[in-house]
Amino acid sequence: MSVRRLSPNQPESFAFSAETLKQVKSWIANYPPGKQQSAVIPLLWLVQKQEGWVSEPAIRVVAETLGMPVIRVLENATFYTMFMLEPVGTTALVQVCGTTPCMLRGAGDLIKVCKSRIGPHDHRSADGKFYWQEVECLGACSSAPMAAINDYYYEDLTAETFEKLLDDFAAGKQPAPGSAIGRQCAAPEGGPQTLTDPSLYDGSRAKTIKIPNLPSKEKA
Amino acid sequence: MVGILQDQDRIFTNLYGLHDWGLEGAKARGAWNGTADIIAQTPEWICEQIKASGLRGRGGAGFSTGLKWTFMPKQESERPHYLVVNADESEPGACKDREILRNDPHLLIEGCLIACRAIRAHTAYIYVRGEYVHERERLQAAIRQAYEAKLVGPGNIHGWDCDIRVHHGGGAYICGDETALMESLEGKKGQPRLKPPFPAGAGIWGSPTTINNVESISVVGTILRRGATWFAGFGTEKSTGTKLFAASGHVNKPCVVEDAVGIPVKQLIEDHFGGVRGGWGNLKAVIPGGISVRMIPASECEDAVMTYEDLQARGSGLGTGTMIVMDKDADLVKAIARASYFYKHESCGQCTPCREGTGWMWRVMERMVTGEAEMSEIDLLLDVASQVEGHTICGLGDAAAWPIQGLFRHFRHEVEDRITQYRARPGVYAGAKVAAE
Repeated sequence: MSVRRLSPNQPESFAFSAETLKQVKSWIANYPPGKQQSAVIPLLWLVQKQEGWVSEPAIRVVAETLGMPVIRVLENATFYTMFMLEPVGTTALVQVCGTTPCMLRGAGDLIKVCKSRIGPHDHRSADGKFYWQEVECLGACSSAPMAAINDYYYEDLTAETFEKLLDDFAAGKQPAPGSAIGRQCAAPEGGPQTLTDPSLYDGSRAKTIKIPNLPSKEKA
Repeated sequence: MVGILQDQDRIFTNLYGLHDWGLEGAKARGAWNGTADIIAQTPEWICEQIKASGLRGRGGAGFSTGLKWTFMPKQESERPHYLVVNADESEPGACKDREILRNDPHLLIEGCLIACRAIRAHTAYIYVRGEYVHERERLQAAIRQAYEAKLVGPGNIHGWDCDIRVHHGGGAYICGDETALMESLEGKKGQPRLKPPFPAGAGIWGSPTTINNVESISVVGTILRRGATWFAGFGTEKSTGTKLFAASGHVNKPCVVEDAVGIPVKQLIEDHFGGVRGGWGNLKAVIPGGISVRMIPASECEDAVMTYEDLQARGSGLGTGTMIVMDKDADLVKAIARASYFYKHESCGQCTPCREGTGWMWRVMERMVTGEAEMSEIDLLLDVASQVEGHTICGLGDAAAWPIQGLFRHFRHEVEDRITQYRARPGVYAGAKVAAE
C-alpha cells in the first residue's frame, strides 16, 4: 500500500470546462441508470486532464456530479495511484517504469537521468516544468526500458535517447511516442519473423465460409 | 520456419500493427466472417464448442473458458447478465493484451459479441487499465466503427442486441483480480470481494457476470470459424491452442509473438527472441509466466515446455505466458527484491497478512540484496512467505510469496554467499546494524 495524501496547497474552487462537461455526460451515459457512481474513475481522470492534477475542490465537484458522498470519491482519488494529488510539471509528467522487467534492461539509467535533470522524485523541477516519478509496471515489458510522458509511451530508451526526449519536451516539441530504436510496435528488432505469409492479407480470408460443426438442421 | 506454428494458423494476424487495424482491414483478414451464423446458434452450442477446443483462460489462472460460461444462469431474469473483459494488464512481464487492443481490436469486439450470446448478456464492459491511453482510444474508435456498421449495438445485423462499452481504471494492479475489478467498475476502491458468491451468481451491481481476459475473448471468433478440433490440435491434451508469448529481460530481441502452446522454452527463446544475451550458456533463470510465478533455473529450461502442466510440475506456472529472462550478469536477488517492492506497492491493504507481509518481505529482501541479514532470516522469510500465501482473499498474497519461494528454492546458496561475504568484510559489524534496524 502506498500512503497518499492531498496537497496542503489547494485552489479555491474547481469547475468543469464546457468541453470536459460533454465527456462527463458521455461517461455517465455509459452505465445503467442509477449506477452513475461507476464513472468516478473516468471523471477523476478528466479532472486530471483538465487541471493536471486532482484537487480537493475537484473531488467535491465530482462527488456532487455523481451524487455520491465526498469520502467515497476521496477514497478513490487516494487509492488509485494514477491520480496526481499535487500540481505536476507544466510541460511534462515523466513516469519511469522501474519494475523488474524494465529494471533488468536499464531503467536505473533513466532514473539517474531524471534525478540529475529534474531533481528528487515526486517533486517538480526548479522551473516547475517537469515532474518525475518511478511507477510500477506499465505493461510494455517487451519494449523495456520505457517511460510514459504525458500519457503516451516512449519505449526502448537509453540514457542518451531519454535525454534527447526530455530536451525535445523542454523545447516545446511533441516527440512522437513509440520505440526509440524504430521498432514496429512489439515486433522484434529488425522486423517481424512471423506473419510474413502474403496470403493472410490478400483478402482470401474474407470469402464466405461455412462454420464447422454446426448442429444438423433436423435437430434444430 | 521459426517456432512451431505456421503463419496460416496464427489468430492475431495484425499483431505488429503493420496492417490496417480498422474495420475494413480486420474484415479482409477474416474477422467478422460468418459471425451471424455463429450468433444464430444456441448458447449451449457455443459453450460446447469452446469447451471442446480446450481453451483455457489466458489471464493467468488457466480456467476452462467454455466451462466458465456455463456457470451463468440459463434463463434471463430481471437481473441483466454482463460480460466484463479484463484488459487491466499490469502483471510485470505481461504485455500481450496491449497488442490486441491497439492492433487487432475487432477480434476482441467480435469475441465480445459471441461471448455475450454464449452467456445471454446484452452488455459487455471492457475494463482497460488507465495507463493504456493510446490503446483505449484505439479500442473506442474500433467500437465506434462496429456500431456504425451495425455489427454490434441494439438492432444489429447479427440479431443479438449487444452494447459494448469501455471502462478504464486508475492504475491499480489489484484490479486485475476479477472481484476487485468489479468493485472498481462499480466506482469503489479496488478491494477484492470474498467468494462465494461467485461472479456468475452475483457480479457487478449484483447481476450475473462473467469476467474473461482479453486474449481468451479475442480468440473465440477464430476458434469457431476454424473449428474446435483445429484449435485443440495444437499443444497437449490439457494445454491446447495457440497463445501470445512475450519476452523481456536479457534476450537479444524481446518481442511479442504468437505460437502454439507446448513450444519448448529453449526453442521459444532461440527462435523468436533472438536467444539469450551472450548465448544459451549464459542463461541463469527464467520466470516463465509473468513475475508472480516461481522462476526455473537454466538447467531445467533445457527441457521445459510452455504448457500448464509441465511448468506446474516444475513448481512454476504458465501464467500469462510472458517470460522474464535473466542471464548470469543479472542480480537475481535484486530482481526479486524489486518484485517484492511491487507487491508492497500494489497491495490493496484489505487483508492483514498481505498488507503487513508484503512490506515486511520487501524490507528483508532489500537486506538480502546487500547481504546485511542474519542467516536464520532466510528461513524466517520463507516461513512468513508461507503464512502470507493462501491466507488472503485474492491471489495477490500468493503472488507476492511465490517469486521469493522460487528464488530460495533454486538460488538459496547465492543469498547465503552474500550474507557470508558481507560478514567477512573487515570492520563491519553486521549484527549491530541489523539490531539497530
